[in-house]
Amino acid sequence: MDFAKIFSLIITAIFIQNIIFAKFLGICPFMGVSKKVEASIGMGMAVTFVMSLASGVTWTIYNYLLVPLQLEYLQTIAFILIIASLVQFVEMAIQKTSPNLYKALGVFLPLITTNCAVLGIAILNIQQEYNFIESVINGAAVALGFTLALVLLAGIRERIEYAAIPGPFKGVPIAFISAGLLAMAFMGFSGMQI
Amino acid sequence: METILFPVLSLGGTGLAMGLFLAYASKKFEVKVDEKVEAIQNILPGMNCGACGFPGCSGYAEAIALNGAEMTACSPGGPTVAAAIAEVMGGTVDLSGPKMVAKLLCQGDCTKTSKTYEFEGELTTCAAINLYAGGDKSCKYGCLGYGDCAKACPVNAITVTEKGIISIDEEVCVSCKKCVATCPKKIIQMLPMNKRVTVNCMSKDKGAVARKACSVACIACGLCQKACPVGAIEIENNVAKIDPEKCVECGLCAVKCPTKAINSDVKEIKKAEIIEEKCIGCTACARVCPVKCIEGEVKQKHKIDQSKCIGCQLCYDKCKFSAIKMNIQNI
Repeated sequence: MDFAKIFSLIITAIFIQNIIFAKFLGICPFMGVSKKVEASIGMGMAVTFVMSLASGVTWTIYNYLLVPLQLEYLQTIAFILIIASLVQFVEMAIQKTSPNLYKALGVFLPLITTNCAVLGIAILNIQQEYNFIESVINGAAVALGFTLALVLLAGIRERIEYAAIPGPFKGVPIAFISAGLLAMAFMGFSGMQI
Repeated sequence: METILFPVLSLGGTGLAMGLFLAYASKKFEVKVDEKVEAIQNILPGMNCGACGFPGCSGYAEAIALNGAEMTACSPGGPTVAAAIAEVMGGTVDLSGPKMVAKLLCQGDCTKTSKTYEFEGELTTCAAINLYAGGDKSCKYGCLGYGDCAKACPVNAITVTEKGIISIDEEVCVSCKKCVATCPKKIIQMLPMNKRVTVNCMSKDKGAVARKACSVACIACGLCQKACPVGAIEIENNVAKIDPEKCVECGLCAVKCPTKAINSDVKEIKKAEIIEEKCIGCTACARVCPVKCIEGEVKQKHKIDQSKCIGCQLCYDKCKFSAIKMNIQNI
């Protein structure tokens, strides 16, 4: 275990290569569930759970099932299958444990299934040739970066509600502009080398 | 062989494992759903049209069972569904009131109006064409006929006719108001289905302008207002409006309308007649008659002047002794 590497992995995933502000993956839930801070935290938690689990499971499946059988070309479809099942499972768990969060997330919970960020990270883990521990940590860290972006935007949008926005910009357009400004702010991290 | 077998087995096996895991999880994490919610959900039509104002049928079912929402909000289901829901909830519902249907208040098809320009864009929707000088129709208030409402209708009650205007099948309409929301010209309105007389024009232009744009436009001449025996017609913004609450469907306004902007589906002439044996001379009928065609002294047999009677049935409804009969002649 190389702690320095893991530390740099986490910092890179959250700030430098933030999944939304630098890689532009997972924009759909980022726009859809960032109206309220509470809902965005819940979504972040759900995505964190799914992403860490998916990273671990996909890494295992890839290295112990697909590689030995020389079926690497099946990686995308296998990963989609796994991620979809995990999201189903998370949906059940949330419905059971927190009906209010289930209501708040609404349609966006099943949408984690088609959240390209989850699939993207699973595939990136394989490309970067991380080991199991690194994959899970990377998945969790990326999801934390996603949560951070989501909560930041939700906070901004809650305040925008009370601002005098010109008619054509009300709602989603101004949210996109805010997100763009946030992404520009995050460009400040892009030169860092850890 | 192996090139096929291994991928199929590995992927199939993964899928099976995941499926079994989910099946186990669904048992373990089962959420008890209120059985009333489920019962109501089974009653509702399941169209998820949103007419009730809740997110889909399941949302409405929950709102009724858990928060005591109105049981009559489902317009596609109508009275039968409302009654069935009331049975589940153990309450009663008030089912009076006519079915509201979408009606197009425009008759300006291509034979009545002209095109002001030829639209050559890719996107032929009412919303898009409405952006160019308020549409390509000579009348700026009329139906554009590109069928945005027809696309929005969940039950296909709306069709675009070959004359470039839409027609709504009121029998099929489920009063979900989707077309009303979609129409950029706002010329579809929810009106009671049983009222068969409507002013089918929304043109706010002055008479001469409206007439030039469309041969069946309302020119706000006021003849219908004068003709109406019950004062149900008001003229606002250069267009006549019939109050469906007051209208007695005599069809007199439609007869008087010089441009035929008022459309009357009344296809019969009704005349009231007094059955002399039953009349006791209470004068109740004479008091409600809007055209004062009933004559007779107190405690004398009354008479109805057949030439004046407009067949509004007000006297028929009023008479406590069933001494009035309606003679119906189809035109």
